[in-house]
Amino acid sequence: MARTLINIPKQTRRGEVIEIKTLIAHPMETGFRPLANGSLAPRDIINRLVCTYNGEEVFRADLFPAITANPYVAFTTVATESGEIALSWTDDRGQTQTETVAIKVE
Amino acid sequence: MTPRQPGRMTARAALAGLAAALPAVACLAQQDGRQDGRLSGSAFMSAETREMQADDAANPGMLSVLDGEALWSRKEGAAGRACADCHSDAATSMRGVAARFPAFDAARNAPVNLDQRINICRAEKQGAAPFAWESPEILALSAYVGLQSRGLPITAGEDPRLAPFIERGRGFYSLRQGQLDLACASCHDDNWGRLLGSSPIPQAHPTGYPIYRLEWQGMGSLQRRLRNCLAGVRAEPFAYGAPEYVELELFLMTRAHGMVMETPAVRP
Ligand code: HEC
Ligand code: HEC
Repeated sequence: MARTLINIPKQTRRGEVIEIKTLIAHPMETGFRPLANGSLAPRDIINRLVCTYNGEEVFRADLFPAITANPYVAFTTVATESGEIALSWTDDRGQTQTETVAIKVE
Repeated sequence: MTPRQPGRMTARAALAGLAAALPAVACLAQQDGRQDGRLSGSAFMSAETREMQADDAANPGMLSVLDGEALWSRKEGAAGRACADCHSDAATSMRGVAARFPAFDAARNAPVNLDQRINICRAEKQGAAPFAWESPEILALSAYVGLQSRGLPITAGEDPRLAPFIERGRGFYSLRQGQLDLACASCHDDNWGRLLGSSPIPQAHPTGYPIYRLEWQGMGSLQRRLRNCLAGVRAEPFAYGAPEYVELELFLMTRAHGMVMETPAVRP
């Protein structure tokens, strides 16, 4: 499991615009880097980040080569109700890592 | 170019490439309120990079800090003990420690840097194999220990037994070397604030190590940074852990005495 860092206001008011900040440890190998033997290091990037809020998708991003290692993605959504925010990163090998954070809305 | 002095001309050519002083830096020096003119590498960075460093939710060095926190309480080696078993809460036991390193090690009769000190504990207290230089584990532990000094002033070099080692580091700092025949001081004392290619030359204060360097796309130690600068003047870098590096680290920390620790810093 890759190390992630997710920052969401723990407590907020209904209707408030909240910022969700995410970091994940990943080499984001572009597929264009030549190795010592002349072959290219195979591409291995996170190609998708999806955020759901109580099961409903609120944000999705496609990522491409040339995005930095350990990518940081921040976005906003509107706080509607208490519950769970889930973030899922999917890489080129088809593996998905999901992390969830609780949010309290008053 | 005379054959006996191939380095000189190249060095001059290299320095001729230095652009004019950056007005922004002078301005920052005033904002910083420092009377002594010393500036952290942060002062030479873009606003975006400074923001990235300042926000723990955006600073990628914090991923390494979190790894270090996990390692801190992991039982390791023949002794089956974790760092936390002996040092308990790092926020208390490691407060100000990184700001005091490299420190004199009586058993070795020489200074050791923080990575070496951590590996001494691994070998002697945990009975585990030392972590390799620049391995994610040693960088994570030193970042985690380093974070406990964030915001505190650098105090390294106060131990009188360190005096001869500091002097050797100072000598190395002022020694012209490499095919470009430049000393550390040629850039970091005589030409700081000017551009080398597109990079502003900082004053070389090691306030934020280990750092997350954007160019590396990852974490690295002060020794890795020093290797970059040595390779930059086309000198042969020493092996990791060489006494020359530790003395140089010690001198740089002494030169930055009183400046504020920033670990984990972000650098371009
Ligand atoms: C040719 C000029 C030049 C020489 C000579 C040079 N450096 Fe540097 N150094 C730089 C530049 C430029 C940077 C910043 C690079 C960047 O921002 O990517 C730098 C960065 C550093 C840093 C990082 C500071 C920080 O804020 O993290 C340290 C420490 C350092 N150098 C130490 C040294 C030492 C010690 C030597 C002598 C062994 C040396 N340098 C020789 C140009 C030089
Ligand atoms: C069995 C107990 C023990 C364990 C386990 C241990 N240490 Fe230590 N450590 C010590 C003692 C005792 C000292 C004081 C110096 C000495 O006696 O060697 C010390 C010193 C240190 C210092 C220097 C402190 C200073 O103020 O100069 C650091 C840093 C450190 N340890 C980090 C670690 C880390 C990181 C780990 C885990 C990888 C660890 N230690 C595991 C017992 C331990």
